Amino acid sequence: MLSRVANSIYWMCRYIERAENVARFISVNLNLLLDMPLEKGNHWEPLVMITGDQAIFEKHYPDYEKKQVMHFLTFDRKYPNAILTCVAAARENARSIREIISSDMWEHLNNFYLELADKCSPDMALADPQRFFKIIQMRSHLFTGLMDCSMSHGEAWNFARIGMMLERADKTSRILDVKYFMLLPRADLINTPFDNIQWSAVLKSASALEMFRKRYHHATPRNVADFLIFDDNFPRSIRHCVSKAKACLHRINGSMPGLPQNPAEKQLGRLEADLAYTDIDEVIGQGMHEYLDGLQTRLNQVDMVIGTTFFNIEPTTESCAQEQ
Amino acid sequence: MKTFSSYDPEDFYDELIDAEGQPRPGARLLVDMIESLPEGDLALRQKAAEALLLKMGITFNVYGREEGTEKIWPFDIIPRIVSAEDWQQIESGLKQRIFALNEFIQDIYNAKKIIKDGIIPEDLIMTSRTYRKACEGFTPPRGIWCHVTGTDLVRDRDGRFYVLEDNLRCPSGVSYVLENRQVLKRTFPQVFEASQVRPVDAYPSKLLEMLEYLVPEHIPSPTIGVLTPGIYNSAYFEHSFLSQQMGVELVEGQDLVVHDGCVHMLTTKGLKRVDVLYRRIDDDFIDPEVFRPDSLLGVKGLIGAYQSGNLALANAPGTGIADDKVIYAYVPQIIKYYTGEDAILPNVPTYICRNDDDRAYVLDHLDQLVVKAANESGGYGMLVGPHATAEDRADFAEKIKAEPRNYMAQPTISLSRVPTIVGDRIEGRHVDLRPYVLFGKEIYVQPGGLTRVALPKGSLVVNSSQGGGSKDTWVL
Repeated sequence: MLSRVANSIYWMCRYIERAENVARFISVNLNLLLDMPLEKGNHWEPLVMITGDQAIFEKHYPDYEKKQVMHFLTFDRKYPNAILTCVAAARENARSIREIISSDMWEHLNNFYLELADKCSPDMALADPQRFFKIIQMRSHLFTGLMDCSMSHGEAWNFARIGMMLERADKTSRILDVKYFMLLPRADLINTPFDNIQWSAVLKSASALEMFRKRYHHATPRNVADFLIFDDNFPRSIRHCVSKAKACLHRINGSMPGLPQNPAEKQLGRLEADLAYTDIDEVIGQGMHEYLDGLQTRLNQVDMVIGTTFFNIEPTTESCAQEQ
Repeated sequence: MKTFSSYDPEDFYDELIDAEGQPRPGARLLVDMIESLPEGDLALRQKAAEALLLKMGITFNVYGREEGTEKIWPFDIIPRIVSAEDWQQIESGLKQRIFALNEFIQDIYNAKKIIKDGIIPEDLIMTSRTYRKACEGFTPPRGIWCHVTGTDLVRDRDGRFYVLEDNLRCPSGVSYVLENRQVLKRTFPQVFEASQVRPVDAYPSKLLEMLEYLVPEHIPSPTIGVLTPGIYNSAYFEHSFLSQQMGVELVEGQDLVVHDGCVHMLTTKGLKRVDVLYRRIDDDFIDPEVFRPDSLLGVKGLIGAYQSGNLALANAPGTGIADDKVIYAYVPQIIKYYTGEDAILPNVPTYICRNDDDRAYVLDHLDQLVVKAANESGGYGMLVGPHATAEDRADFAEKIKAEPRNYMAQPTISLSRVPTIVGDRIEGRHVDLRPYVLFGKEIYVQPGGLTRVALPKGSLVVNSSQGGGSKDTWVL
């Protein structure tokens, strides 16, 4: 298929996944605040920290206050990772490949964008934020579902899945990175209900609470990190995402796993192997932040190599062609 | 309330209602159905149709407005109905006309017999801005130049159809014909079925057959693409729609490279050769090596590949010569010259400003005439005399005197009208008709075509850039 088309479909899915993640973060945070004592510090700053875009926020907004953060993350068209900007970018990508995706996918995404861009949306988001952000999440899921059942699982679909999986792995690593440090137990808070609420919120941010409970009963920092990085079956764990992305990549070329044929397959294969042969205790020993930071860098490298291998994009110092 | 009881066709030919206020035979079912609707229902159906178009994303960007403003091209749900006999004449007339124009283009770039025989003055051809020297001595695959044509027809007060304009370069709008039909089938399902409207849906497969016909037989499974300027082009929706309907690649200039004399696409698995391009980029922009060097949309070396026979292009570069609006005046003679027949579809009477007598007449009667520049489209470079100010007319008179070759004039046609929804009532609005013609193994005329409607009251300009909308066209 055309390199430009593959690039567009890959980014279309990354943007949808990104939008969904941001909506989920906001949703979880709103929920968490209901259970928090009022005076307990600022709960909106970490949300911006997860995106890694504090500098952009601070340049344009005076405080980490609910309304401002929500506007920044949801409706700010000047901010490239705002939900609206992501959905708009997904739609522009979809428009350039309308003949590749199904009409159902296009119509859904088009409608998703038009409603989000409607001038009433910001008021709706403030009036009933729970419902508003839930709708955004469900629209993203619906899009993913439509892609799964109305589009052939050929080359284009595999590129779409790779985009989605890499984006998801990156977001999970960011949630964990930010929260892990903030929530490292202080002696006086260990095993108090307060602590528990916070860890539950982290898991919820990755839609992971219930599945986590089935494997571990207690939310210790070690267990949460183990689950979010290494669980084999949980769909948002980093290991799972990377291994799914790799399977899709091999399907594109028809090459056997273990016998990589191009730089992208090599790079992703190495990352998968590292995730398979590392465990949580090693990670904690080495330093959680350093580990996650390294992981994010490697995910960016995979993205770059996919660009040079398939999308005809010249390698640059930037992590990728479309982002920011 | 009876919707049509207060409807007045006035002194125009109305496509649905005759001079006595009765529905024309083919429109009876439709008019009766509209009459039977509860009050307000028609407006609801109109709104539903618009919502559907927006949802399908059939929109164009409004330039110069805030980001995110997109509009649907205005669509009116009351269809225009063409009787079977009228259509019979249109169809045979277009086949004759397109056949002759194709012969003409081939002749002009090769033997030039029509010039030698004194039918058309040589300098008229050579001074046309759409004459392409690069095409001299070339014969495209199967000798076909104008593969896709959209001919603009108008109907005067007497009910006769006339050809107003030939569009042989990259005529657009056929996707609206197909989408309008989809919408209208949902809007008036019963009437549609009972009226036995001829289907338009065969167009994409006819287009694909035509493109395949251009490939040499030794290539069993050719790669075909639609070449688009990209998503910012106002017809992008159509390019994408057609490639999707045909199941072929949609490519931009940046997706193509010329390598070893052949055109290739950049794919995820390396280069892949392309055999046919249905190009929707104008001649000027298609190859910076041959035409405009500043074009960013085109592909370097594309024309070279085409001329060595390694690529087929539809439409062929150079066809613009036949839709020069001054050459248009000669088309009846062109038809006679190449077919020996009289034109089945007449031209609108035309004054050619380069002829002294005609020019004198035009300058004296500017307030009654429509003046057009030879190579403009989209309703630009045009003066509608009766509606223009004295100042505009004086401006145009200067332009005509300065460059007489570049202008022609026609009497103002009282375009026919079709009942159209205006607020909560129905009023007559002027329309034209653009049927689409494919020239492959045979000449195919899509039964229907785009009915464009001038929405402002009294307006005669149907172009989308000038406040025009569209209607579905039912051929019975």
